[in-house]
Amino acid sequence: MVTLQHYLFLSAILFVLGAVGVMFRRNLIVILMSLELMLNAVNLTFIAFSRYLGSIEGQIFVLFVMVVAAAEVAVGLAVAVAVFRQKGTVDVNEINLMKW
Amino acid sequence: MIPIPEVNLGGILPALVLCLAGLVVMMLGLFIRRGAVATAAVVSIAGVLIAAAANTPLRMMDKQAFAGLINLDAYTWFFNLLILISAGLTVLTSVRYLTDDGLDMYEYFVLLLFASAGMMFMVSANHLLIVFVGLETLSIAIYVLVGILPSSKKSKEAALKYLLLGAFSSAVFLYGAALLYGSAGSLGFPELAKYFKAGQISRMAYVGMGMVLVGFAFKVAAVPFHMWTPDVYEGAPAPLTGFMSVGVKAAAFAAFVRVFFQSMLPAQMNWIEIIWLLAALTMVLGNLAAIVQDNIKRMLAYSSIAHAGYLLIGMVAGKEAGPAGMLYYLLAYTFTNLGAFGVVALVGRKGEANVMIDDYRGLAKTNPFLALAMSIFLFSLAGIPPTAGFVGKFTIFSAAINAGYIWLVVIGVLTSAASVFYYFRVVMKMYMEVPETQPAELQFSPAMLLALGIALVGVLYIGVFPTNYLNLAALSVKPLF
Repeated sequence: MVTLQHYLFLSAILFVLGAVGVMFRRNLIVILMSLELMLNAVNLTFIAFSRYLGSIEGQIFVLFVMVVAAAEVAVGLAVAVAVFRQKGTVDVNEINLMKW
Repeated sequence: MIPIPEVNLGGILPALVLCLAGLVVMMLGLFIRRGAVATAAVVSIAGVLIAAAANTPLRMMDKQAFAGLINLDAYTWFFNLLILISAGLTVLTSVRYLTDDGLDMYEYFVLLLFASAGMMFMVSANHLLIVFVGLETLSIAIYVLVGILPSSKKSKEAALKYLLLGAFSSAVFLYGAALLYGSAGSLGFPELAKYFKAGQISRMAYVGMGMVLVGFAFKVAAVPFHMWTPDVYEGAPAPLTGFMSVGVKAAAFAAFVRVFFQSMLPAQMNWIEIIWLLAALTMVLGNLAAIVQDNIKRMLAYSSIAHAGYLLIGMVAGKEAGPAGMLYYLLAYTFTNLGAFGVVALVGRKGEANVMIDDYRGLAKTNPFLALAMSIFLFSLAGIPPTAGFVGKFTIFSAAINAGYIWLVVIGVLTSAASVFYYFRVVMKMYMEVPETQPAELQFSPAMLLALGIALVGVLYIGVFPTNYLNLAALSVKPLF
């Protein structure tokens, strides 16, 4: 029997994996993928709750998240390309003109 | 039969006008070969003015639209106006900046208008979904704007950092929203308020609330979620930095206050302590870090972090006086900071060659008006009477004292005393020192002169005659309570 808790745990694990990826991976493309993972973990949470509560609102939210994520990743990749053209690398450690 | 919901576009007319103006600029840009910037600026200003006219009826309204998703009230009216002021002034300060650098980019104005429309949705939201959509509309436009300078490596790097951290914070915000949804069953503010009022708040809802708070803290650049701010502010084009420090911050604070006061007020005891801590950290770290900067954009970035701390005091103070103080403060800050960044854009010259504090040496000799204007803006940032910044700080601090948060006010007063040091260093450089090399003549454009004039009049006028504006702010927060 797969219960709500299973879905919540799975999405929490996915979210944390994504967050860890954003923080520790150095390749820009991988970081963008990790961000997608985080957003999809959120989507899974919404869907699970939506099903559990019997309310449609969560699923509508997911549609919006998907649209926004697509736009965000489009801009993200565009910026990555622009950075690569200038620097010849997508390693975030090399992108350090300004101190953090 | 599916009932057709009542659709009334009147309420979101200001945002629609801005979107339309953006589309018009986009179309015109295709047909105009040269000088697209000037045309784009004229159309943008027209759009901003029409939107301001369309915004006026909101002041008297107090209702919801779009099946309860959008709030049309005085609070929305006030922030729409604030956003329009900052968008308008940014357009004026940007024209010369872009043409001087040989950037004939009408896209800049398109994105600026779309970002402003996103902010308007964000401040009028009555549902977390609208907050999210507005937030992302504005963020994605701003990511592109930050990286718009084609040859600047810093600009690209800033865009990248902003995008990564912005998307990360959005994901955290969303996860919080998902957890709140699971607890309350809906993300509409009235439903959330009902859930929090009922008193049986689950642990999951607390976690969700905390994550939403972190998402907002990122956007308003509160310590310890401020790491992106100095880099992004340094790398972005100077007029846009002004827009980010004012427009984006105001919109984020508006939604922050709306979400926490309208829907989570019963759980106030739980979040107020966290915001207390954020405010204290933000003020201390922002002001201390600003002291050691030698790049003026970085210094103003840390100063804007510090100002987020003062604004958070208003949130801690609560009741009606705290948020009302924040509204007045944001209005004062809009004029002050846009003026200051206008001067930075002007002095910076082509390719932002002069953005060090040392580049301001002897500005009073070569350009007395500019030095005077910059001094007044810096006085206002430091909170010295008779400028608007003083009245803003005074109202927020007195609201906090009335609410019993003496220690927070002590920290606020001490740190703003420390801030006088770094603001005055620039004034000293302008008036007391002489430049090493003879600088080239600064060229004012009429638009820049107009923008600086408006900012200057704004800072002084609402500082000397604050009563009307304080009443306005008090009136505008009424719908929240």
